[in-house]
Amino acid sequence: MPLSRVEPKGSVVISARDFLIRGLLAGLLAAFAAFAVAYVVGEPPVRAAIALEASGGHSHGAETEAAGEHSDAAEEAPAPGEVEVPRSLQSTVGMLTGMLVAGTVLGGLIGVVSALAMGRFGRLSARSSTLAVTGIGFVTVYAVPFLLYPPNPPAVGSGDTIGIRTALFFVFLAISLIAAMTAVLVGRRAAGRLGGWYASLAAIVGYVVVMLIVMALLPTYNEVPDNFPASVLYDFRRASFLTQFTLWAVLGIVLAEFVGRLSGPTAATAERELADAGA
Amino acid sequence: MSNTATQAQPAPRAPGAIAVPKLSVRQIVPWLLFAALLALVGLYFVTAEQGATSLIAGNAVHEWVHDSRHLLGFPCH
Ligand SMILES: [Zn+2]
Repeated sequence: MPLSRVEPKGSVVISARDFLIRGLLAGLLAAFAAFAVAYVVGEPPVRAAIALEASGGHSHGAETEAAGEHSDAAEEAPAPGEVEVPRSLQSTVGMLTGMLVAGTVLGGLIGVVSALAMGRFGRLSARSSTLAVTGIGFVTVYAVPFLLYPPNPPAVGSGDTIGIRTALFFVFLAISLIAAMTAVLVGRRAAGRLGGWYASLAAIVGYVVVMLIVMALLPTYNEVPDNFPASVLYDFRRASFLTQFTLWAVLGIVLAEFVGRLSGPTAATAERELADAGA
Repeated sequence: MSNTATQAQPAPRAPGAIAVPKLSVRQIVPWLLFAALLALVGLYFVTAEQGATSLIAGNAVHEWVHDSRHLLGFPCH
């Protein structure tokens, strides 16, 4: 492991900081794309679910009352404990804020992890290892939790169980992350003996088996009301998937482009010379 | 002469292959911790604040990010 840093003459030295900044920027751009998808594909089922909730009179708690208010609530002064943010803002700048914050910080983290992965993912190029990190991130952080605890639109879910549902969701997310990191580390170690291809397959199989066991053990719940339209539920879950897919896809592609430029032939580094020696 | 010798050094690699730079783990770790902390704080407010747990009184943060919380797939209410 090259730990000493020799400054080479007349070349650009890349640092982890460069990856953080590029990750934050890529995440910001990805968040705008995710917002566009969420607004176009996701808002119709959200609106439909809220309308059903308002007409059904299936009220539970202040949050539900808040969600029940339509965009015409913008004109009304909110009563204490009731809606504070009108729907017209929640579905536009409110949602954009959430996407920008989530996308940017996620991008920063993926950027630094990509710095770690560069040159350490078998013989993958810097661009390819960045795409691999993002792909693993999407599967681990979103796609697998989606399988056990699928996202629900407004009007689905009891206020009494939000605590336990949130806890289960984050516990499962953490297990998925730890299992994926372990699989990558074990796979890298096994690559020397098995070769890259079989080591990767073994790591993937290991992750899948662990997650299937965990999924069988963790409790699940179904709080979808019996009369809730299946099509609205499907449209919402598909929209959620497309939103997250867009976020990660744009993040991965933009970051890979940035990393490719950063690690290109012009960016000769002390690290690279040492990596050559170690390869 | 010495120049030619230095240029010939990376020859064992396949033609056209470019060595992938590698950053030291020691250099990355502080940035990794910083990015992870940033992600934890940012994602906490978008995905969980004023839902299952609450640091700030009221419901304004929850409602402001409400639609993003739902569409990013997190439990909301
Ligand atoms: Zn909600």
